[in-house]
Amino acid sequence: MDEKDEKYLEMYRKMWLIRVFDEQARDLFMKDMIRGATHVYIGEEAIAVGVCAALKDTDYITSTHRGHGHCLAKGGDPNLMMAELLGRVDGYCKGKGGSMHIADLDLGILGANGIVGGGIGLATGAAFACKYREDGGVAVCFFGDGAINQGVFYESANMAALWKLPIIYVCERNKFAEFSYSDWYFADPDLTKRTEPFGFKGIAVDGNDLLAVYELTSALVARARKGEGPFFVVADTYRIYGHTIGDPLTYRTPGEVDSWKEETKDPILRFKNYLIREEITSADQLAEIESDVKQTCEMAVNFAMQSPHPSPASLMEDLYVDEVE
Amino acid sequence: MADRIIEYREALNEALLEEMAHDPNVFIMGEDVGRYGGVLKISRGVHEKFGEKRAIDTPIAEAGFTAIGVGAALAGLRPVVELMYIDFSTLATDSIINQAAKARYMFGGKAKVPIVIRTQGGAGRGNAGQHSQSLEAWYVHIPGLVVIQPSTPYDAKGLFKAAIRSDNPVVFIDHKLLYNTKGPVPEGEYLIPIGKADIKREGKDLTIVATSRMVLFALNAAEKLAREGIDIEVVDPRTLKPLDMETIGDSVRKTHRLLIVNEGVRTCGYAGEVMARAYEEVFDYLDAPIVRVTTEDVVIPFSGVLELSAIPSEEKIIEAARGFFS
Repeated sequence: MDEKDEKYLEMYRKMWLIRVFDEQARDLFMKDMIRGATHVYIGEEAIAVGVCAALKDTDYITSTHRGHGHCLAKGGDPNLMMAELLGRVDGYCKGKGGSMHIADLDLGILGANGIVGGGIGLATGAAFACKYREDGGVAVCFFGDGAINQGVFYESANMAALWKLPIIYVCERNKFAEFSYSDWYFADPDLTKRTEPFGFKGIAVDGNDLLAVYELTSALVARARKGEGPFFVVADTYRIYGHTIGDPLTYRTPGEVDSWKEETKDPILRFKNYLIREEITSADQLAEIESDVKQTCEMAVNFAMQSPHPSPASLMEDLYVDEVE
Repeated sequence: MADRIIEYREALNEALLEEMAHDPNVFIMGEDVGRYGGVLKISRGVHEKFGEKRAIDTPIAEAGFTAIGVGAALAGLRPVVELMYIDFSTLATDSIINQAAKARYMFGGKAKVPIVIRTQGGAGRGNAGQHSQSLEAWYVHIPGLVVIQPSTPYDAKGLFKAAIRSDNPVVFIDHKLLYNTKGPVPEGEYLIPIGKADIKREGKDLTIVATSRMVLFALNAAEKLAREGIDIEVVDPRTLKPLDMETIGDSVRKTHRLLIVNEGVRTCGYAGEVMARAYEEVFDYLDAPIVRVTTEDVVIPFSGVLELSAIPSEEKIIEAARGFFS
């Protein structure tokens, strides 16, 4: 098995990890073990995995309220993530952030974000920092087709183009803007035009085609590292579940979701079939990966359940960097 | 060696130039801060000395460039983001309130957001409703932020330098009518610790806690009242958040009377917060109810007559102070 094949299997593993992790999250949420709101990434795994496979640890990403997939794809630790979802002290944020605020600065993950579009300016700022330091770093900004109508995107895209920042804006077109179809709100449904006035027209990609996403991103990352400026990608996908877990989905056309679960559409099944068809691996080997991932996620739940809740005494900690003279 | 006398504006400019020389990660961004040298002239000479890489002219896009500043800070730089008027910060509140202020806590203490949002506020020169507000209380209200309002050139320089070196997000608010004021500023570098109030005038009969330009009003009022035999102590918090209640408390324990002067509007204003803290902490030492002089609950009007009626003045402070002794 060569390096490329190993990379492919790793991407397969990551997609499975995201799916099983988020199925676990759904399950725990339904059992009232997770507070607040949790948003799962199921059905969109190829975008996070395909994009992050083209990045280095030192590159930056910003994520969204639907952030588990981005975090796992960039190398986030499932134990620390699950513990955070359960609000435990060993979680990424010591129980102070929860699902929507997981970050790992050592891995360049500048945080999920509870504000729709909140990461767009931050990612642009991280790209600004890469250029300022001339360190060859790149930033990727994940956001959804709901966020694309936020004004800050256009302010940021203008400055990114003006200053030739090494950033790739990745719009995950999952068809929904919270509890609406996103296309109810597009004056023009061709989203790739949205950055055209700034001199970098977007490119559409099948976001459920892992290799298409990975190859496109690899090319875009290479040009960004060379100082050729920002790029915009519209990755077509489908949000299999609701906005939040428990969303009654009254606004969704009945039966629509089924076609997206078919093996010609589902990003994981598609890649699985590809790997077998191309004889890169065997069904047995993939089953082994799936079983490993399942175990990883079960261990993550165990890790989380065994971690204590934070002490009330920690309430006021972590608000400020302590600079008392 | 006698101290130099320089303008508040020059003091801020010196602080910025020194800090940019001190740390290559410090840069300034905002509208017209580079080639033009800044409307407020705080960044005068920065473009010439450090080039366009570190004196960044931005489009008029407060939401976007403030967010870029916050992102750059999360990624390890030390941005000074200038918002020309605090009124314009309303456009950037997501970055300041939801992102910069909260990142460290939400991420379990693993992030630093070493950004300075520098801006100016205040009324008194006919800039009317959208260019004259004193919105400091908005930012004081947000856990995770530090809020500084210097009243003198000396404090402006030392605190601006400290703000740039701070790893916390700082909202640094000048007053538009303080830029041309002058005061002693020593040669060479110095820092003023964040979170320490300063007693601008010692007295034994009444404590006036005043912020920003109101400190000057309070000092003038104190001189006039001294002739009537009223000996006033003027305390300038300098850092509004975190507030140095210890210094204020010590002063009230000595004078037993407290008057608070802040240019923000009255309702939910900063004066109300200081008043509440004083009632909680030094109630037993008070000989009279606390009084506050603030801007009326009104939009800052354009007309000079109306504007002066709206905001605090020396006369209003004197009248309020006399009230304690009549």
